Amino acid sequence: MTQEAKWEVVIGLEIHAQLATRSKIFSGSPTAYGAEPNTQADLVDLGYPGVLPVLNAEAVRMAVKFGLATGSKVAARSVFARKNYFYPDLPKGYQISQYERPIVEDGSLEIVLDDGARKTIGITRAHLEEDAGKSLHEGMVGASGIDLNRAGTPLLEIVSEPDLRSAKEAIAYLKKIHTLVRYLEICDGNMQEGSFRCDANVSVRRFGDPKFGTRCEIKNVNSFRFVEKAINYEVARQIDVIEGGGKIVQETRLYDSAKDETRSMRSKEEANDYRYFPDPDLLPVLIEPAFVAAVRATLPELPDEKSARLQSACGLSEYDAGVLCSSRELADYYEATLAAMPAAADAAAQKANAKLAANWVMGDLSAALNKDNLDVTAAPIGASRLAGLLARIVDATISGKIAKEVFEVMWAGGQTADEVIDARGLRQITDTGAIEKAIAQVMAASPGQLAEYRAGKDKLFGYFVGQAMKATQGKANPAALNEILRKMLAGP
Amino acid sequence: MSLHTASIGELARGLAAGQYSAVELARHFLDRIGRFNPALNAFVTVTADEALAAAAAADASRAAGRAGVLTGVPIAHKDIFCTQGVKTSCGSRMLDNFIAPYDATVVSRMAAAGVVYLGKTNMDEFAMGSSNETSWYGPVRNPWDPSRVPGGSSGGSAAAVAGRLVPAATGTDTGGSIRQPAALVGISGIKPTYGRVSRYGMIAFASSLDQAGIMAPSAEDCAYLLGAMAGFDPRDSTSVDRPVPDYVAELATPLAGLRIGVLREFMGEGLEAGTGDRVREAIDVYRRLGATVVDVSCPKLPLSVPTYYVVAPAECSSNLSRFDGVRFGYRCENPRDLLDLYQRSRAEGFGPEVQRRIMTGTYVLSAGYYDAYYLQAQKVRSLIADDFRRAFTEVDLILCPTAPGPAFPIGAKVDDPVTMYLNDIYTIGANLAGLPAMSIPCGFDGALPVGLQLIGPHFSESRMLSAAHAYQRETDWHVRVPAAYA
Repeated sequence: MTQEAKWEVVIGLEIHAQLATRSKIFSGSPTAYGAEPNTQADLVDLGYPGVLPVLNAEAVRMAVKFGLATGSKVAARSVFARKNYFYPDLPKGYQISQYERPIVEDGSLEIVLDDGARKTIGITRAHLEEDAGKSLHEGMVGASGIDLNRAGTPLLEIVSEPDLRSAKEAIAYLKKIHTLVRYLEICDGNMQEGSFRCDANVSVRRFGDPKFGTRCEIKNVNSFRFVEKAINYEVARQIDVIEGGGKIVQETRLYDSAKDETRSMRSKEEANDYRYFPDPDLLPVLIEPAFVAAVRATLPELPDEKSARLQSACGLSEYDAGVLCSSRELADYYEATLAAMPAAADAAAQKANAKLAANWVMGDLSAALNKDNLDVTAAPIGASRLAGLLARIVDATISGKIAKEVFEVMWAGGQTADEVIDARGLRQITDTGAIEKAIAQVMAASPGQLAEYRAGKDKLFGYFVGQAMKATQGKANPAALNEILRKMLAGP
Repeated sequence: MSLHTASIGELARGLAAGQYSAVELARHFLDRIGRFNPALNAFVTVTADEALAAAAAADASRAAGRAGVLTGVPIAHKDIFCTQGVKTSCGSRMLDNFIAPYDATVVSRMAAAGVVYLGKTNMDEFAMGSSNETSWYGPVRNPWDPSRVPGGSSGGSAAAVAGRLVPAATGTDTGGSIRQPAALVGISGIKPTYGRVSRYGMIAFASSLDQAGIMAPSAEDCAYLLGAMAGFDPRDSTSVDRPVPDYVAELATPLAGLRIGVLREFMGEGLEAGTGDRVREAIDVYRRLGATVVDVSCPKLPLSVPTYYVVAPAECSSNLSRFDGVRFGYRCENPRDLLDLYQRSRAEGFGPEVQRRIMTGTYVLSAGYYDAYYLQAQKVRSLIADDFRRAFTEVDLILCPTAPGPAFPIGAKVDDPVTMYLNDIYTIGANLAGLPAMSIPCGFDGALPVGLQLIGPHFSESRMLSAAHAYQRETDWHVRVPAAYA
């Protein structure tokens, strides 16, 4: 038994999703990323004397959308509070957040584990709050810069129950939320730009121990891979400490991806007393059932629903459907491709089409997108052109192998599959006479091999397939070639 | 008739009739400010050039036929309202260098109505005080007796109006900061219903209590100007979207049948005799005018001072966090590091009363104390509001003194904050309940003015102003001017 096997890992995630509103949560400034410092902050964002916050209704709508998509309770009345602390990138000296009464509570999400088992992860709450600005240290000597462009950007903080039992589960949950917020079009999910961030609360306990261990909060992890590595590092660290006779101290730790370690940032004793109290500048957020109903009507097909439909309607495996539905755009692309293929003769043929399209979208297309670092919405080959290529595989005009070659040409240029096939003479040979002629040439050119084959050396069949394919520049229909070759090699 | 003792209505009519221009009017009052302000210290900033330009613009719009009732009428703004391009100090060293980059809604609404402001008035630092002695710019003197305070926090506005340096001035009232100084200098002042006037651009002290209002000799003057200030503002989420009545037209509402409740809790212990007598005489006037006068009781109201001194400091401790020396306002010299920058900027930029309230507020919101103080105070606050609600099922308006006694000598209470706080005992309740309330002059205790307070249900400003107006048609306390300023 390894040391780890004695220990149960307990993880809860706090995810900060920047809501994709056009303006900030309490001011009219734009939220666009990457502008010159302090050009997207108005007097409200700067916390000037006398200014007041006004809640952006769009942020509320997005939070409600998230609540409905996770089966949560949408609070009829939620309250904004002030979280008080001093920091240069926090202009007012307090952050407006929701504390005792969040807008969304008691939801859940189902994740699929490696062994195919399903697990429900509780969502404790999701609340609205404003983001802080950024402190800039690079290129400053003896000073720090403050960029308040991000100050006031709306955030939805999504807090899970401590239901996750491994870094892998945490990542599965994190990815699921990531997919969901993009389906809902409430967050762009861009982790590099910080639109989707995650803090992990990690503790360990001996299996069977009813009490949770002391937790540490890991901050500043900005990719799925780093979340996984940070958790694994932290779990190993905590086990080491406890097994070495030490105690875990409740604290906030920073993950350093360069060194792959977590470091103590501040302990519980050093933690701020935030002196939360209801913000008197903002009225409670009252949400009527009619508003909830109106938002519900705008919900798109959710990832799990879409995946289930692709499995039942197209006969895809759970795995394939899951991969395709991991992004709404990828699933849309897949469905558009399938729809643009010629109608199949029967259900079996339709299922074969669906599988063929799935393999291409998940395989060659995704690989090419990755290689060129492109989003599926920017794919050089649109769904209808890909469908044109797949149609030629289905009607046996080209083989799957030739199709890969055609795909590469299409990727680089703007042609259709048929244009490439015609221009390069790639049309598959199904004419029996032409194939027989090619085989006859090969047999004539390889008398030795022919004699050995006929003497019982079956392995040489592959040699003849290769030679015949070569003689037809790979255009022979493989099935036809095999059949004719077998007959001719057997002799008259 | 001399210009500086004319009412707002008279000035408006004089301007409309072409008896004088807005520029002449502005000059007249600017001259008086120049003459009397050095002794009163009522103004922090006099904006003579801007005022004369605004007055010329008012005259031009009148010539073009675009004048409103108030076009060309001069006033002053309390230095708590942000005024674009003009220093907005809030009476604090912290903002001594702060030039506001925008106008408060009150300021822009008044400007849109053609009102010309002549300057920014002195005040207790961040509106925290009842005597105008906490100002970074020094105490304001009471025109009736320069050795005495004018009340606070809107002490500069009060003294400026009482000395007729301006016909009217804006004020703000968090716990009595319009009404108490109005009483102590013998003028009228109204704090409207919470949410009636936008708080946007008004530097926050205690957000759930702060409300802007107007101070002027008479209720009629107040009616003219309140109409120009009030109304929904999409930039203030707590402002109320509700039509603004024509306060001037409704002044004529007859008094007969009005039910006035005299607040039992505020007519006994703690009330000085000279003030109590004047209030009882005013009650007689109301009876004579046909009002029904009865006793009412709000038993929880005496708890308003301790309640207020939890809620207001709690909110102020958070509201004033933005003054950190980073983006605007005072910054200490040569900070060693971030903590030093925060600590010294705030210790040097804020005066002792502001620091006391920040510390009190920080304490009552702290983990472990929140429930016992802040939450408890909010519960008492709603009990006080319940008391008022019950009382208003029996009466239309509540009547009581504005302050326990007349203006006290400068320096008399500065060393004893609690005694100072008790000066607001009669006014704080209306803030805690968000109710409109006003103070009107009702006579003298010796040479010093005494104020009478009226409190009404939410959005009863019209009823209150007409009741005050009825009283002022029977009395002349509101037109009395200290001899030196006549």
